[in-house]
Amino acid sequence: MLETVRRERFEQTVLPHLDAAYNLARWLTRNEQDAQDVTQEALLRAFRFFDGYQGGNVRAWLLTIVRNTCYTWIQRNRRGDRTELFDEEIHSMSFAGGADPEAQVLAGADRESLRRALEDLPDVFREALVLREMEGMSYKEIADVTSVSLGTVMSRLARARTQLRESLCVSLGKEP
Amino acid sequence: MNCELTQRYVSGYLDGELDLVRTIEMESHLKGCPTCAQELDTLKGLRAALQRSALVYPAPSAFRERIQTSLRASSRVDVQERKLRWPSVNIWQLAGAFALLALISITGWRLTARLRAPSGEQQIAAEVFASHVRSLEANHLMDVASTDQHTVKPWFDGKLDFSPPVEDLASDGFPLVGGRLDYLEGREVAALVYQRRKHFINVFVWPGSAETNSTPAIQPRQGYNIMRWSRGGFQFWAVSDVAASDLAEFVHMLQAGAPPQAK
Repeated sequence: MLETVRRERFEQTVLPHLDAAYNLARWLTRNEQDAQDVTQEALLRAFRFFDGYQGGNVRAWLLTIVRNTCYTWIQRNRRGDRTELFDEEIHSMSFAGGADPEAQVLAGADRESLRRALEDLPDVFREALVLREMEGMSYKEIADVTSVSLGTVMSRLARARTQLRESLCVSLGKEP
Repeated sequence: MNCELTQRYVSGYLDGELDLVRTIEMESHLKGCPTCAQELDTLKGLRAALQRSALVYPAPSAFRERIQTSLRASSRVDVQERKLRWPSVNIWQLAGAFALLALISITGWRLTARLRAPSGEQQIAAEVFASHVRSLEANHLMDVASTDQHTVKPWFDGKLDFSPPVEDLASDGFPLVGGRLDYLEGREVAALVYQRRKHFINVFVWPGSAETNSTPAIQPRQGYNIMRWSRGGFQFWAVSDVAASDLAEFVHMLQAGAPPQAK
């Protein structure tokens, strides 16, 4: 009886964010079937931990669980191809300030090139961009979900955008 | 600020996440430096491409059903497990647990005393929130789907005893996508639906008794944000799961439009 109430409350509070959960898992696993498995596992975990949910930002709470489940899955299923963390302090940024209207090239990029360029980014960069550009999350929310500082969120997003630009410029046949 | 620093912070500037001092420094540098200004344009181009390309993957509907089934199955398993575990609990643990529970209840009761007596305002906020969630869940977001304010506004004629102000904010990144009738605070109200990327914003409008114009205040609720304000004899409530800063920007744009006139 109580269990039913608890489940209904979970369905009302958490399930509206299923799309966000699936989208993050889809981008982190880069595969539809894996994304479904990981999202399902994450939701069942969230349901088990639901008593510990203290109120507040439910989407950030859920996405934190989804993200952790994804990384566990990635470690189990992939061997270090793109999972290694970038040392953001050592990799300094390159400045692409040529005189070419790169903005026009990028603004005209097609969906498929974008999707591929985004998939090729390191996981931590990709997740930061997904949370920012698709979920519209603030740096604070992204910092909470990915358990890093605000400064790291800012530098990851900057690096993510630089890398995305570079790889798009290459695939669209334009020197960065 | 020099070019090197600008390069480091321009992405944060694009996101509106720099502190005030850096924002001002950035703006004055951008005015005098075409190279860095072009850098900002490039990032804006990249963002535009990302948002135009429908890169969001929605959860497939068969998958959504699978999740609900598995939740139900899991909650049955939990109940069984709890029943099985029950006899192994030692009496002192049980006593301790009850004592802790009592302590938590008393503290919680005191802390929430203020919340348990909802004011009229909170009552409406709760209704607005429920309406928003229902409109998305029940696939009943719109009665009239149109991006044209001159289609949406006349649609309400004859359905309501007032004519709601309708603004299109497509050029500001919040396109109007439609409207519907809703029911709040015991009366028919107009619900205007706007979109921000893949998120929806419901704006509920009805004539308010308040003569004075009030400034918007934001309140978070279960991952959503709600803003209310009144203007030109109307009450406005906006609710969405977009970021608080986006919603604040949206409300700001809405207010910057033509002042609404009560009929």
